[in-house]
Amino acid sequence: MPARYTRAMAMGLLTRLAQPGHFMRWSGALLPWVAGLAIVLLAIGQYLTWFVVPPDYQQGETVRIMYIHVPAAWMAVFFYGAMAVSALGTLIWRHPLADVAQRAAAPIGAAFTLICLVTGSLWGKPMWGTYWVWDARLTSMLVLFLIYCGLLALWRTIEDPNRAARAVAILTLVGAVNLPIIKFSVNWWSTLHQPASILRMGGPTIYASMLYPLLVMIAAASVLGLALHLQAMRTEILRRRVRTLTILEAERLDAALLAPQAA
Amino acid sequence: MDLGPHAAFILGAYGFTTLVILGLVAHALIDRRAQDRALARLAEEPQTQQPSRGRR
Repeated sequence: MPARYTRAMAMGLLTRLAQPGHFMRWSGALLPWVAGLAIVLLAIGQYLTWFVVPPDYQQGETVRIMYIHVPAAWMAVFFYGAMAVSALGTLIWRHPLADVAQRAAAPIGAAFTLICLVTGSLWGKPMWGTYWVWDARLTSMLVLFLIYCGLLALWRTIEDPNRAARAVAILTLVGAVNLPIIKFSVNWWSTLHQPASILRMGGPTIYASMLYPLLVMIAAASVLGLALHLQAMRTEILRRRVRTLTILEAERLDAALLAPQAA
Repeated sequence: MDLGPHAAFILGAYGFTTLVILGLVAHALIDRRAQDRALARLAEEPQTQQPSRGRR
């Protein structure tokens, strides 16, 4: 089959899946499985973290904090990346589901960023001797948290969802500049935070017995994030349905009240 | 299991994370229920609150 037909079929399928009615159907069927998988992966990940991972020769038992800190950091950055892609969907294709996806992702991304900051701080005190330093990685993560909070505040400020969607999409894309800064902050500046030890040229620098449990926890956090996001998107679609129906109902009541006066 | 001298930091990190995750799950469920209720209310409203002519 020629490539352009395959591409057209794939686009057609994507368009169908992204139609809100279809989305509600397939996501409803998928959600229990995703949530179940998240629970299973979390259970395996936690078993590995507490009973298989050996204490680190330098960090001792505090290395166990890494098994929530690193997955939380990954989710914080991943959700912002997903929001930036959704922002393009809102601005270029004006797809209603793009804004729904973005709106649903923001609180989850903010929560994971907060987990990353707090667990990092609780690891920093015994290992670095301080809860916080204004180091490039820590500061750029704090900026990410503030951007998440700013976006959530902006949504609440603008009443009309369509106007809010455009404003939020633009601010999201401006804030996306922070993502490469977070990733490369440990290379560009002299930081207290350690450089990358998984995604780096030359392969991971973590020994296998510590790396695989970390990868399981990253997978668990990703599937949990997906389950929370699907649920939040479904609720957001219903919230917009409620808003539309409330406006229609108000218009109907107005018309009914005005009708006798006109007669 | 002996968590050594920094046990409070390790347990604190896990405790905080558990609270935030439970908060996210609880918020997801409560928010969904609120929207379901609002939709149910809107669905039954036209029968119960028919605006009668001449009143108000």
